[in-house]
Amino acid sequence: MANMIATRDAYGEALKELGKKNKDIVVLDADLSGSTKTAIFAKAYPDRFFNVGIAEQNLIGTAAGLATTGKIPFASTFAVFATGRAYEIIRNSVCYPELNVKIAATHAGLTVGEDGATHQALEDMSLMRSLPNMVVLNPADAVETKQCIYKAAEHHGPVYIRLGRSKVPVIFDEDYKFEIGKGVELREGVDVTLIATGIMVSKALSAAEKLAKEGISTRVINMSTIKPIDEDIIIKAANETKGIVTIEEHNIIGGLGSAVAEVVSQWKPTYVERIGTMDVFGESGDGELLLEKYGLNEGNIIDKVKKILSK
Amino acid sequence: MILETRDMMYRDLENIAKQIRIDIINMLKESGSGHPGGSLSAVEILTALYFKEMNIDPKNPRWPDRDRFVLSKGHGAPVLYATLAMKGYFPKEELNNLRKIDSMLQGHPDMKGTPGVDMTTGSLGQGIAAANGMALAGKIDNKDYRVYALIGDGECQEGIVWEAAMFAAHHGLDNITVFLDHNGLQIDGPNKDVMSIEPIRDKFKSFGWHVIGIDGHSFGQIFKAIDEAKNIKGKPTIIIAETVKGKGVSFMENQVGWHGKAPSEEEAKKAIEELGGIING
Repeated sequence: MANMIATRDAYGEALKELGKKNKDIVVLDADLSGSTKTAIFAKAYPDRFFNVGIAEQNLIGTAAGLATTGKIPFASTFAVFATGRAYEIIRNSVCYPELNVKIAATHAGLTVGEDGATHQALEDMSLMRSLPNMVVLNPADAVETKQCIYKAAEHHGPVYIRLGRSKVPVIFDEDYKFEIGKGVELREGVDVTLIATGIMVSKALSAAEKLAKEGISTRVINMSTIKPIDEDIIIKAANETKGIVTIEEHNIIGGLGSAVAEVVSQWKPTYVERIGTMDVFGESGDGELLLEKYGLNEGNIIDKVKKILSK
Repeated sequence: MILETRDMMYRDLENIAKQIRIDIINMLKESGSGHPGGSLSAVEILTALYFKEMNIDPKNPRWPDRDRFVLSKGHGAPVLYATLAMKGYFPKEELNNLRKIDSMLQGHPDMKGTPGVDMTTGSLGQGIAAANGMALAGKIDNKDYRVYALIGDGECQEGIVWEAAMFAAHHGLDNITVFLDHNGLQIDGPNKDVMSIEPIRDKFKSFGWHVIGIDGHSFGQIFKAIDEAKNIKGKPTIIIAETVKGKGVSFMENQVGWHGKAPSEEEAKKAIEELGGIING
């Protein structure tokens, strides 16, 4: 059994580490520091942590102002509020002037669980992906999350980092190297390619394992950078396998599935099956049970692979 | 003797303000679109800040220790551009390219493209939040630069203004001074008919701000208020400047129709004659 750590926990640890190395790191939160784990940074560096209260627009606006002076602000709250409530501030005060603001949003996706649809961001990657100058990262586990945070701090310009609430398996060794804009092939395969992002990567790996037992060779790609998307690794998969299944804890509109479809439709028309929420809102319930109910599971991945092979 | 010197200074500033008004009319005539009313109402405030008060260096617009100015009411871009050009941030001829394709002078301020613009604005409400961040950074680094922002009165209807106002007071950002260009008019009509913001002084006071009321066209009152703001410790200051929309051009004054309309050649000529200048071209 793999070690289980929530990506938000890794975020809190990474921030603290980063705060030690770089005095320009400043952290802002909107009354959710205990949940987003920025409280870990706040405890270590109280002089560089600012609570804005329940005011997400000012959260982003203040981060923008800080960035104009050379600070590297990390602004955190739940993904719904970070990207939805503050969307237009992100657009006009961060992305348009290309300010060095990092938005690290937790509680993305169905696995928010019991809080229900109001708190389950299923459109955040879509919103952030369509903003010029924005980099969109969706790490798969705790190890990758830490690296995403370090790389985001090194990158000059706006970055959105999507993080989750629930504990998820640790997939990567400590020596794993993440690079912005690079997908990573985690498993070789020649029949069908699975391109997964975020916490769905571990499900893709276990589905591939099961498919192997049935004699189906599945390639698995971890696409932790949603923008800029790694076109080369997608085109290669389109050339070398019979089709692609995309898997994301997000609406099938606007996120990873859309990004992959955009690439293959231009460079190498390929059969793509998109797994995600089917343009519906979520609901309350245990996170894992919700993933099952909405088809974000091994069974659905296996079905889609077989569907492609039956064409 | 001191009084005489001050009078001379005000006369100089009045001449600068007059030229900025002329430049605003000329550039709007050239562009064929833009916002004269709310640009003309803020001329004295920007003149006072850029030509006397702010610690800035046009040769080094990104100087880290400079005072900052955020034009939260970004549609007032013409007054900012005319002021920056006169201050020497870029050649005055650029003003003729306002709002034209490939121009550094966008319809609303763009910090990436225009030297001297400290913050990209245009979507109303966002300026105080940005000023908060700048002021906070100053506090963190123990720098003594000051942050100025200019907001509109209609703009106070935006929720983020109050989120930001709460934040500035909570964190004791006494290095922020906000001017409210209280000309009373917004696109759809008088504030009091569209959505009253009154009692605006009480609102800011209850949010923990130091509030000063002035005539926004009087240099004497502007500088007195700025000095008062600099001596207030532990809280931000808002200077509620009573102004006249379209100030200085008789047919534009207090006319809501001149919020976002450029003058024709004829109108520009008339306006500039009134201001005692010469028309471009």
